[in-house]
Amino acid sequence: MGLEFTTSRAADAIAWARKFSLFSYPFVTACCGMEFMSTAAPKYDIARFGAEFPRFSPRQADLMLIVGTVTEKMGPILSRVYAQMCEPKWVIAFGVCACTGGFYQNYGTMPGCDQVIPVDVYIPGCPPRPEQVLDGLMLLQEKIQKHQSNYQLRVLSDAP
Amino acid sequence: MSQRILDRMKERFPDAVGDTHAQHGNETAFVARERIVEVLAFLRDDPELEMNYPSDLTCVDLLGLGDGLGELQREQQGAPQDDKPRFEVVYHLYSVTKKHRVRIKCRVPEDDPTIASVAHLYPSWNWFEREVWDMYGIRFVGHPDLRRIFLYEQFVGHPLRKDYPKEKRQPLIRREGMV
Ligand code: SF4
Repeated sequence: MGLEFTTSRAADAIAWARKFSLFSYPFVTACCGMEFMSTAAPKYDIARFGAEFPRFSPRQADLMLIVGTVTEKMGPILSRVYAQMCEPKWVIAFGVCACTGGFYQNYGTMPGCDQVIPVDVYIPGCPPRPEQVLDGLMLLQEKIQKHQSNYQLRVLSDAP
Repeated sequence: MSQRILDRMKERFPDAVGDTHAQHGNETAFVARERIVEVLAFLRDDPELEMNYPSDLTCVDLLGLGDGLGELQREQQGAPQDDKPRFEVVYHLYSVTKKHRVRIKCRVPEDDPTIASVAHLYPSWNWFEREVWDMYGIRFVGHPDLRRIFLYEQFVGHPLRKDYPKEKRQPLIRREGMV
């Protein structure tokens, strides 16, 4: 038993803390929700990655999971919910419907929720398997550790 | 199976009930658009028929089904106007007590897409009529609250009409830089 210590930059330490304590807000609209439940349930256990605690208020969440089909009618609502989240915030599009509109090529479906809010990680699949979801979550954790977020990138590039 | 429903309707309304046919145990009758309210009221109230369960109300757009031509092509080729009315409003009725069902169809022309509302006979058809108005633009005269039910107020047109462009989108909101 010796003296144990570690060194880090403060920003990296904060990013490390953030990536293992994601509070998610599931914006569940369609069938992909079943797969979200499966990912959250003990068998796949999203809790192992520190994201086990869904908050049902966007004001307490820093990760928005868009799970399912988003319609044009829902667009203004999605945009408002996103605006209610505190920074820093991240978004995962869960399933092809949320990524691109999927096979719904019609009058009512939005062709991807990135038409309205910036998305960090896209998880394809109809619905994606829980392993894919966990993979997507790990990709997001990598992004967080590297201090990347589409929201922040946008803010930075907008600055004069 | 329910041939006697058709027979009874014809006997009661010889001038309002037109063609009838039966396929796989589904009896269908075409009813004149002007008489639909009295025919449906009869079906509901007649003690022998007792059609007390309104299972569905929908609409069919028959655009181009006659000769396979769309409106634009017909104009370009100088083909004669399709004289078959474009829309069919379809009512499906079932009787929980007598265990029989019937399908009623009404032809509605394109230039006057209106039909009398039957929401006062079957209250659950209130929302069905709003759906048909939303998707096909059939105006139900006498409906208490004929607003769009699925789409938003700003939406222009009726998307399940066959001539609504498949790829046409009417976004309410877009992020900057998105089209
Ligand atoms: S991607 Fe598939 S499973 Fe997911 S919401 Fe769309 S249709 Fe449903």
